[in-house]
Amino acid sequence: MNTVIKRKMIKSRVYGGIVWVIAGITLAALVIIIGYILVKGVPHITWEFLSGEPENLGRDGGILSIIIGTLYVTALSVIIATPVGVAAAVYFNEYSKDGKIVKVIRFFTEVLAGIPSIIFGLFGFAFFVIQLGMGWSILSGGLTLAVMILPTIIRSTEEALKTVPMSYREGSLALGASKWYTIKKVVLPCCRSGIVTGLILGLGRAIGETAAVMLTVGGSLNMPASVFDSTRTMALHLYMLASEGLSEEKTYATAALLVIIVLLINTAANEISRRAMRA
Amino acid sequence: MKSNREKAIEKIIFLCAAVSVAAVALITVFIFMQGMPVLKEKGLLTFITGTTWAPTNGSYGILPLIAGTMSVTIGALIIGTPTGVGCAVFLAEMLGKRQARLARSAIELLAGIPSVVYGFFGLAVIVPAIRGLAKALMPGTDTTGLSVLAGAIVLAIMILPTIVSISVNAVEAVPMEYREASLALGADKRETITKVILPAAKSGIFSSIILGMGRAIGETMAVLLITGNVAVLPHSIFDSAATMTGTIAMEMSYASPEHQQALFAIGIVLFVIIVMLNGIAQAVMKRFGRGEKA
Repeated sequence: MNTVIKRKMIKSRVYGGIVWVIAGITLAALVIIIGYILVKGVPHITWEFLSGEPENLGRDGGILSIIIGTLYVTALSVIIATPVGVAAAVYFNEYSKDGKIVKVIRFFTEVLAGIPSIIFGLFGFAFFVIQLGMGWSILSGGLTLAVMILPTIIRSTEEALKTVPMSYREGSLALGASKWYTIKKVVLPCCRSGIVTGLILGLGRAIGETAAVMLTVGGSLNMPASVFDSTRTMALHLYMLASEGLSEEKTYATAALLVIIVLLINTAANEISRRAMRA
Repeated sequence: MKSNREKAIEKIIFLCAAVSVAAVALITVFIFMQGMPVLKEKGLLTFITGTTWAPTNGSYGILPLIAGTMSVTIGALIIGTPTGVGCAVFLAEMLGKRQARLARSAIELLAGIPSVVYGFFGLAVIVPAIRGLAKALMPGTDTTGLSVLAGAIVLAIMILPTIVSISVNAVEAVPMEYREASLALGADKRETITKVILPAAKSGIFSSIILGMGRAIGETMAVLLITGNVAVLPHSIFDSAATMTGTIAMEMSYASPEHQQALFAIGIVLFVIIVMLNGIAQAVMKRFGRGEKA
């Protein structure tokens, strides 16, 4: 074999090796991060931890009120964002005629998707907490997160709407159904799983969000009684524990619980959209 | 003929679509309304180029914060870009379809992990490691490990999913004929990848890097926990730094009214940077005929 070809082969081998190593490192990072948090945290997730009230600023006790607070805030955000987001997607896919207005709306939706969460936090603080007088509360946090997850829900619903065959709509319209009736009875039921996927992804984003929540929900450890109460979400609690170094054990337990919930949520979303694709 | 009911429903649906516009408008208005007074009083230039951030003394210069944000972001790109693009090449060109799909969903899992968890992981694992490294490299110096380097490493991991998933799409979009032509000319796989496929996919890869950069600049919780939040110009990668986002998040809760306005003014700067970066990324993708986002 002549030396030119030999050199080329060696170069290619080295190149392939480097790419292998890089990909290996990336996947290893994933395993290490998730594995480390779970190994250190799962042993501390006990029934007492899940069902107890936090004591001593979170140093002792459990995180029940924080779980409830998280549920309140994220459920509120999804309940508000889903109908608006689905309707917006219906507008884009079913009603809009590619005009200027649509382009403008689309542009703004993209902008909204790219805004960093701390900006949402600042906005929520200035608008919901101060301007509308809602104070640091579940309501302020939920509304802020609703604005934040709106693009996620719009995008996912739109993808699903695109997969509904045109003939379904034509069939329904030919039977004399009105446009809205067609959308309500034919188009939307066909993409139920796409909508649910978007909703779950939005939920996952809302649960993990910290910066926006930090400036809007206050951070109280008390059990919330209504949406006007201040509360603390699990992500925010994790930040407080980690930054103040209150209790290593509780910090790892909270982090592990959060990771488990987010992994479950994402797996569910993947599973639903995969099943929908196969159907 | 449309009935009145149909017309009303169409109006309602249009209004829902317009909520995004209203939201962006409201966000812009409120951030600017709160932040403008300080910018007007101090002047935009002195605000951006001032080197002292000492809110309690009424000194609002955010250059150290901009420097902090930029140094962690550039560090993250230096680590994350070759890794991410390499990973994308591996997934798209060297791995079988099934394994590639599996690896991609694994990387998407990385994207789903909350940023505060990354921050905590950085604080628990990477910061002590860097403290040890700094002690070994420069005996006698006293570093906490809360540093630009720690921030850059964690941000690099966080922007990987963005870079990988968009770059994979770009690489996969390169027509099969390009590969075949290159291979037919006697080029091997490496030459085909580096000389044909990557150049053909460069616009998508470029946008992925810009979007990753936007994500790194806007990231808050992770850098807040691991960069140390010291608002001075960092001189080495082992120095602590404060970022724009971290400063807003940390100081908002106890800020005086004027200080609060200054934090909103940082928000304005951040907002403008991010919108510009996203605009660039979208324009690049559109210009090269790949309008769809990953």
